[in-house]
Amino acid sequence: MNTLWLSHFTATSAIGCGLDPTHTALRQQRGGLAPCAFDTVDLNTFVGEVAGVDSVRLPAHLADFDCRNNRLALLGLHQDGFMAAVETAIGRHGRRRVAVLLGTSTAGVLQSEQAYRRRDPATGVLPADFNYRTTHNAYSVADFVRTVFQLEGPAAVVSTACSSSAKVFASAARMMEAGLIDAAIVGGVDSLCLTTLYGFNSLELLSTTPCQPFDVERAGISIGEASAFILLERPASSLNSDAVLLLGAGESSDAYHMSSPHPEGLGARMAMAGALKAAGLQPGAIDYINLHGTATPSNDAAEGKAVAALFGDRVPCSSTKGATGHTLGAAGGLEAIIGALALQQGFLPGGVNTVNIDPGIPIQYLNANRNTAPQRVLSNSFGFGGTNCSLVLGRAG
Amino acid sequence: MTNPNTLLTAWIEGVGLLGPGLPDWPTAHAVLTGEAAYLPGPMTAPPPQGLPPAERRRAGVSVKVALAVAQEAIAMGQLDARQLSTVFASSGADGDNCDAICAVLASDDRHISPTRFHNSVHNAPAGYWGIASGAMAPATVLCVYDACFGAGLLEALTQVTVDGNTALLIAYDAPYPEPLNAKRPMPSAMGIALALTSQKSPQSLARIQISLTDAEPDVLADTGLDALRLAIPAARGLPLLQALARRQACEVVLDYLEPLRLNVAIEPCR
Repeated sequence: MNTLWLSHFTATSAIGCGLDPTHTALRQQRGGLAPCAFDTVDLNTFVGEVAGVDSVRLPAHLADFDCRNNRLALLGLHQDGFMAAVETAIGRHGRRRVAVLLGTSTAGVLQSEQAYRRRDPATGVLPADFNYRTTHNAYSVADFVRTVFQLEGPAAVVSTACSSSAKVFASAARMMEAGLIDAAIVGGVDSLCLTTLYGFNSLELLSTTPCQPFDVERAGISIGEASAFILLERPASSLNSDAVLLLGAGESSDAYHMSSPHPEGLGARMAMAGALKAAGLQPGAIDYINLHGTATPSNDAAEGKAVAALFGDRVPCSSTKGATGHTLGAAGGLEAIIGALALQQGFLPGGVNTVNIDPGIPIQYLNANRNTAPQRVLSNSFGFGGTNCSLVLGRAG
Repeated sequence: MTNPNTLLTAWIEGVGLLGPGLPDWPTAHAVLTGEAAYLPGPMTAPPPQGLPPAERRRAGVSVKVALAVAQEAIAMGQLDARQLSTVFASSGADGDNCDAICAVLASDDRHISPTRFHNSVHNAPAGYWGIASGAMAPATVLCVYDACFGAGLLEALTQVTVDGNTALLIAYDAPYPEPLNAKRPMPSAMGIALALTSQKSPQSLARIQISLTDAEPDVLADTGLDALRLAIPAARGLPLLQALARRQACEVVLDYLEPLRLNVAIEPCR
């Protein structure tokens, strides 16, 4: 795979809006999970809610797009000078040569959930102010971002549950290599809604405490929300040594079950091996793995087997979902950015909430930060339907 | 430097189609060449092949349509499903399932069914395809509202040209029931599959080359077929299928994402 440059990126999640608060929270091992007080939800669970989403106002010309997911997207776009970086890229490449490829699993389905409460009692008709295309439809978030920047290039939403915003990197890399585009806004936006909260509850996969990835007591996920945006371009002719590069992406399918992982983690292992192959690297070249690490008993066990099979226990690993919650369709993008921060800032983030690391999983799990500067990191994202994607990121120097 | 007129090339190995009044590719072939009239009618999706009984029972319309057209295209191309990367493109997830979940969540008892929840993901047909076919190859699932067919074709062609994969494009849609159908009207479910390879084979039907263009999209001469093209996102691919059915070298322009369209050049192999 041709190497690409993450020329600009930003993340907004329960641990902070933008890179500085995110980095500080990771350094302090401060989590963002709190008892769920979202909407009218009456579940005994913790969530990673982003502060201030409700007070975001969309500009008048974008009012049709108004929903929690697009407010979270706009909040994210406003951090770290990301919008200015995109405008500069548009100036460099042209409106038709910048793609928008984003992952989401929820989009604005919350809008439909709430509209169903306001159905006409006599006819069942949904309220007139409900706009399906610009809110509920999965494409709405990419449509929104493309409209914000008045872009005229290719665009798509990848919606493969919790691998969505990792797979967009692979898609962008192919489009770039095919010569269709010169830059892409990739990443993902996923927001709290009732479908995921009550859905994971129905599968008995919600933890009643803040989630504890790879802990012997782990008892399920905590749902979070996030927006993560990355501007991908071909590497500039000279890069600072702390520039972050996308070195490889690997994708696979479990072909096993809709909501349970392959018990031996076979699909996960294929995705990691594929990412290493695309990067032209051996397992020994990886210095840190940001695990998918959802904290369900079976997911962590399967991922642990896959990691151990490829890497043994040599590589320090952690899941950052104890801090951010599982941000579902935004997880791949968010965790790629956490990997990029580890590369730039020279540390390995320990997973929070994990007290007694599961001795039955033979990997080197970090539950405390380590001041070791990684050169290359791998990030895993796996989802319902048996969809897997792994990314390899590295420093330029 | 990159070429602003990038041309992506592949060979079409197989086609699958299921839509209202179009039960399979042979029937559609006759309609598209003008040998038979287009008679709109209800679409019946066959039970999905290859799934265990429990999964077969639970499969919604979008899963049935996606698997039916995928299997038709693979059979025509004599391809091994396990070797194909897949690109699923749909403007929505399973509509009936989504309606049922929203209705329960708006009621006093919010206990939704776990099966309904895992079937609510946009990539459910891709997950069932993996289970049915045993394919562990990459599967991606796109949503680009009305531009799904063009976006899926572009993604599949980039996979073929960049990765050298054999890729299966499966564009499919299923309508929502009311009340959502009033907000997103769609008359029927429909699916189109294309199996695409990077090398010409004895099974190849035609060479396909696509590029981005500003030209106006082609309309179909048959008003009934053109109404279908405009009413269902997957049906935006019908002009390509008509070009394929006619077995004459030609170019058609497909709808994509404003202001872009896809120029599609078809060169028959036999």
